[in-house]
Amino acid sequence: MTATIDPRRAPPVRVTTRDDRAHVTLRALVPYAIAGVILGIILVKSEVVYWSRIQEMFRFQSFHMYGVLGSAFATAFLSMQLLTRRAARARTGETVKLAAKELGTGRRYWIGGSVFGVGWALCGACPGPLFALMGSGVTVYAVTAMAALGGTWTYGALRPRLPH
Amino acid sequence: MLQWLSQPWPWYVAGPLIGLFVPLLLLIGNKPFGATSSLRAICAAVAARDVEFFNYDWKRSGAWNIALVVGIAAGGFIAARVLPHDTSALVPASIFSWSALLSARGAICIVVGGFLAGFGAAYGGGCTSGHGVTGLASLQLASLIAVIAIFAGGIVTTWFLLPLIL
Repeated sequence: MTATIDPRRAPPVRVTTRDDRAHVTLRALVPYAIAGVILGIILVKSEVVYWSRIQEMFRFQSFHMYGVLGSAFATAFLSMQLLTRRAARARTGETVKLAAKELGTGRRYWIGGSVFGVGWALCGACPGPLFALMGSGVTVYAVTAMAALGGTWTYGALRPRLPH
Repeated sequence: MLQWLSQPWPWYVAGPLIGLFVPLLLLIGNKPFGATSSLRAICAAVAARDVEFFNYDWKRSGAWNIALVVGIAAGGFIAARVLPHDTSALVPASIFSWSALLSARGAICIVVGGFLAGFGAAYGGGCTSGHGVTGLASLQLASLIAVIAIFAGGIVTTWFLLPLIL
């Protein structure tokens, strides 16, 4: 069967690559969990997980979120330049590399991004902060997390029929 | 020291620290900093059914992201217990509490908001961290589009939709 690829349709699901194989054991997951703990503390202490902070941002009432996102971007950009120039290697051996996001028609980014923006403004949490909020004791965010999983699952089911 | 840590952290401390997670995760195992793929991996683990999007080797390419978000939850717990500060004004209980869940505005914010965030993040292939930090830092046009769209959706919702329901 030959399939002609319609660029508006969903691109094929990405296949697992060789470099992912190092992470099958629980032990290999420990560094990510530790990184997560540190990140969770930062997210809560800087208040970026809170609904009111997100509201301030969308209302242009406070510089805080823009400062966090801007300086996070700058730090990430500069360190990426450094890692790329030095051809730094990951702990697992291969040269560090960020996979390019396929642009395609760009529609998935326009549509998906704006739908995500609506959800973010309503519930005040994107996927990472959702978990930080649950941990910090705002337990009702467990419902938001279930709803977010429902949303992701619905996307997966509808994926072949959505423009990409 | 502990008292200083208990204060809300300013943006110029938190932002650079968050940005460092991009090189950190690359150096740990060549992973792109982001949290959205954890949702896909959890779906794949518990309810893949016959949906193609979830029939991938989540243990190999998604489990690290589940470990990251489990860590984030633990970090949130530690931050609230060991270094507490008053956050009651930051998450209004009139919208985000179990009792508010039964009200229209609570249900819309908590349930509809969560659903759209999960749907949109998966559709757009990333969220604030994946596109806004990692994607932009590697100068990807796709991420720039996503960030513009995210802010457009958020601003329209905040200015025009939320006043109707709050």
